[in-house]
Amino acid sequence: MNKGIITESRSVVVPGETIAIGMNYLPGDGTYREGEEIRASLLGLVDIRENLLKIIPLKGAYIPKRDDNVIGRIKDVGYSAWEVDINAPVSANLLVQDATIAYVNINRTDIRRFFDIDDYIYAKVVKVSKSMYIQLSTKDRDYKKLNIGLIFKIKPVKVPRVIGKKGSMINMLIDETGTELIIGQNGVVWIKGNKRKDELITMKAVKYIEEHAHERGLTDKVKELIKGWKKDESK
Amino acid sequence: MNQSKKAVKRPDGRKVDEIRKVSCKAGVVKNADGSAEFIIGNTTAIAAVYGPRELYPKFKQDPSRALLRCKYNLMSFSVSDRKRPAPSRRDIELGLVIKNALSQLIFLEKYPKLAIDVFIEISQADAGTRCAGICAASLALADAGIQMRELAGSIAAGALGDLVVLDLTKEEEDYPEGATDLPITYLPKQGLITSLQLDGDISFAGFKKALKMGINKCKELVKLQEEALKINYLKGDKK
Repeated sequence: MNKGIITESRSVVVPGETIAIGMNYLPGDGTYREGEEIRASLLGLVDIRENLLKIIPLKGAYIPKRDDNVIGRIKDVGYSAWEVDINAPVSANLLVQDATIAYVNINRTDIRRFFDIDDYIYAKVVKVSKSMYIQLSTKDRDYKKLNIGLIFKIKPVKVPRVIGKKGSMINMLIDETGTELIIGQNGVVWIKGNKRKDELITMKAVKYIEEHAHERGLTDKVKELIKGWKKDESK
Repeated sequence: MNQSKKAVKRPDGRKVDEIRKVSCKAGVVKNADGSAEFIIGNTTAIAAVYGPRELYPKFKQDPSRALLRCKYNLMSFSVSDRKRPAPSRRDIELGLVIKNALSQLIFLEKYPKLAIDVFIEISQADAGTRCAGICAASLALADAGIQMRELAGSIAAGALGDLVVLDLTKEEEDYPEGATDLPITYLPKQGLITSLQLDGDISFAGFKKALKMGINKCKELVKLQEEALKINYLKGDKK
């Protein structure tokens, strides 16, 4: 048995396919170890980072991970916590002590003052227990209630492409359209612009990226497209 | 024994270890999270997978693993006599058999408290429907992006009198000298048989031979499934 990586980087693998043999490699997301072999457990593309092997999934639901930034909708308000729909199979919880740095006496205040039902929030996943108890936090300054803007969903597996390498794609979108843009790891996108048409152009661009995620040199192509759409709008 | 081997000819002129023409395709049901179609001869199985999704009623939730639910349904027009559309005893039992065959396949412990639903519809039945259903379900689960150990192959081995054959048709199952049906589900990477049923009489030597033939064919079926899954995305690249 020859040791080493068997499949090429970026090739499509199916569940059960052997990616590498030997103990020099680490199984990352979407892979598992069986004896000497590291096998894929998902349908997707192989991603090799030195000796860490990962699968980039092509399809699938969003399963929350710690430190993910997500956009969620408040489903229910409790005595001292909120129930949040984060586009995952189970809903998440946001406790008062994780929601704000201010002192809150829950006996005296109605916590609807912070977030009410159907409000959208940008939050961070701080805890995912083994039995799928998900806890969020909005304590940091970046996290907030999303008051106005445009919200829509894309496929969660395409989110890394819309963000791009080190945020190259999302920064380009923000620069070109002049809108505020937040993409949650769970596939929910929020856009706020000065004008409605800017928001719509950004939405069009994000959806274009989602559809053409496998193409190379997409950043430049989308840049050109946005310029074209802007010209059409101003006519 | 040799006499009977010469005397028995399979009605469609196949060799003893030859299966009917197979074609499989992933992503046929747009609304489902994952789906697949598996056609073997005149048998057509369509599988749709929903989930992982929230599981209700709540008392069924298991904090350590997901619940796999399988529904097998023979459509009313799939057989020559109209099948009454309500789930029959047979349908419910096959749902359980398929569930047991697939539960070894999925990393259920990665989806605690959730449910994974597999719906298998047989739109045309000509024997071997449970095997076609399992193959379709295996493809559909992979297409849904659910974490799996591998893909499953499934085929019905059997015997016509004393002659061991693979993939019996309905015509062969009604063979007057007695036909035996031996559906096998095999996971090649783990080397596990996750379902094995026997309907009829077979000698021990014949059983061993049938099992070996079936396992070899399951490995080939898994290869076909792999190609079917990959082809969708290789096409996408060229666009």
